[in-house]
Amino acid sequence: MALKIVATAAQKRFPTRNGWMTAIERFDLEVEEGEFVCVVGPSGCGKSTFLRILAGLDHVTGGDVHIVPGPDPTQPLNNVVFQEYAVFPWKTVLDNVAFGLEMRGIPRAERYRRARRWITKVGLTRFEDYFPSQLSGGMKQRVSIARALTNDPQVLLMDEPLGALDAQTRTVLQEELLTIWEETRKTVVYITHSIEEAVFLADRVVIMTAHPGTVKSEFRVDLPRPRDLSTMATPAFAALTGAVWEALRDEVTRAMAEQA
Amino acid sequence: MSTAPGDRRRPSAARGRRGAGLPGWLVPAVVLALIVASSQVFFEAWQRAWLVFAGVAFVCLVLVVQEIEPRVPIRYRGLYGKVLALGFPLLLLTMWEWLSTSGVLNARWFPPPSQIAVALWELTVTYDRFNRTSLIGRPWLVPERLASEGWAGVAALARESHVWATLSRVAFGFVLGATPGVVIGMVMGLNRTVRMMLDATMSAFYVLPKIAIFPILMLVFANPFGEGPKIAVVAISAFFLVAISTMAGVQGIDKVYLEAGRNFGANRWQMFRHVILPAALPIVFSGLRLALGTALIVIVAVEFVRADRGVGFLIFYNWQVLVTPRMYAALVVVMALGVLLTTILQWIERRVMPWRRSPEG
Repeated sequence: MALKIVATAAQKRFPTRNGWMTAIERFDLEVEEGEFVCVVGPSGCGKSTFLRILAGLDHVTGGDVHIVPGPDPTQPLNNVVFQEYAVFPWKTVLDNVAFGLEMRGIPRAERYRRARRWITKVGLTRFEDYFPSQLSGGMKQRVSIARALTNDPQVLLMDEPLGALDAQTRTVLQEELLTIWEETRKTVVYITHSIEEAVFLADRVVIMTAHPGTVKSEFRVDLPRPRDLSTMATPAFAALTGAVWEALRDEVTRAMAEQA
Repeated sequence: MSTAPGDRRRPSAARGRRGAGLPGWLVPAVVLALIVASSQVFFEAWQRAWLVFAGVAFVCLVLVVQEIEPRVPIRYRGLYGKVLALGFPLLLLTMWEWLSTSGVLNARWFPPPSQIAVALWELTVTYDRFNRTSLIGRPWLVPERLASEGWAGVAALARESHVWATLSRVAFGFVLGATPGVVIGMVMGLNRTVRMMLDATMSAFYVLPKIAIFPILMLVFANPFGEGPKIAVVAISAFFLVAISTMAGVQGIDKVYLEAGRNFGANRWQMFRHVILPAALPIVFSGLRLALGTALIVIVAVEFVRADRGVGFLIFYNWQVLVTPRMYAALVVVMALGVLLTTILQWIERRVMPWRRSPEG
């Protein structure tokens, strides 16, 4: 398989009042085409910073991070599913989902046709004329996911997309997300702080350390697909989450001690 | 809002049942109070301590009305709320009427509402030959004037109207000030350099009461008594308020919307049109509402000083000639103008920001 994302010795430092703060250092990661990678780490480890750099919203101060462009130059490189509230309150569900296409100058009829396809897939058909203020948190995040997928990016970047949702909504959306992904097989980089979520969704789980943020270890998740809730009950799932937690524990305690 | 009275209803109903004597002794007490109130002794005491009496009466009224609420069927609760909201001001007007006709209040300073209503009617239908003005420009003469003098006749009718004079000054001044206010505010919000250069100057002018520069404007304009300085002072008042709130609105935009716009490939114009403008609109409109209120204050003050028509002139002129009912009538007109202008702005606001409508609507 071809490489889709390459990060070599990536470094990101911010100027602060007390000198430089290093968010990411010696960060190496390779993601293959069509791979679903979850990045897990203690809070403040720079995992969101890495995603922002990938999305082009931030720049490295050293090393290199890039997405290998595909054959079609008109296909956008990446789109981000942000944490909650990133859907535009002033646009209807339909116009939110069609936003990327509108920015690319695609005529209204065509962009609505493509947007409606994804609105149906995330189960919001009845709500396409609603404004986000009339939707629940879970529905807003479905809009955000549909907005990214309608734009058909080469890489889908997700920054703790389900972090603000309650446990039940979260589980439902995890399953929906898997169903959609198994259909499209897009390259995905998914940031989360939930180990279960990472193991449930990913082909590969990458663990980050804090201060400086760098890759500590990786776990290949060989659980068979398609996965559903019953996957979470298997011994293999339990063993994997246990192993990931074992690797992460030191980092979390260290990060907590530093914050205290 | 609908839950609060419901929450309060239950304990108050329970209290009514436990102390069933409460409304029972309150009603005779109120009747007794009214008898006492009409007596000569009370009349003299009233003039010394009327505020205390008014306060006690209000508390008694609230206690009695509170006992009624739990007995109103839920179906009629909405209507009940409206009756209270309209009934209480009506009660106040009635009291005012009674107090000033009976001589407790000095009718020269506080003419009874009925006299004010009559004055308002007279102002509306009559033409003031001395000042060559009328309140609303005698619209019933329009067909006649149109036939005899053409559109010039209609324009002359509009020119004699106090309401038209004030309304046009506010409208022209507001639009002339708010439009560049929004533009400059946007630029200041978007461009850090412009913001740093202008912020101190803007803040300095912002705190200056704009009426204070009216004399300067009279110097600047060729005709100090004309419409120019009046419209300009309204425009300047609106400009700074709108510019500063627009700037705040643009700066307060949640970064995540800007990043989403960028990530989905919006160019500069698309970013402005689809993200920055709609995101800043709520604060822009709160600035516009503020500016409209200020515009009314400023125009009334300016018309006090230097005008031969306009509702501010009407108030001031009737003070000079001591026709107090007409003064009050002019105040009612100012209130109506305020309501009218605010309603228009709210209508525009709802059209421009449909997403801010309540979920039920």
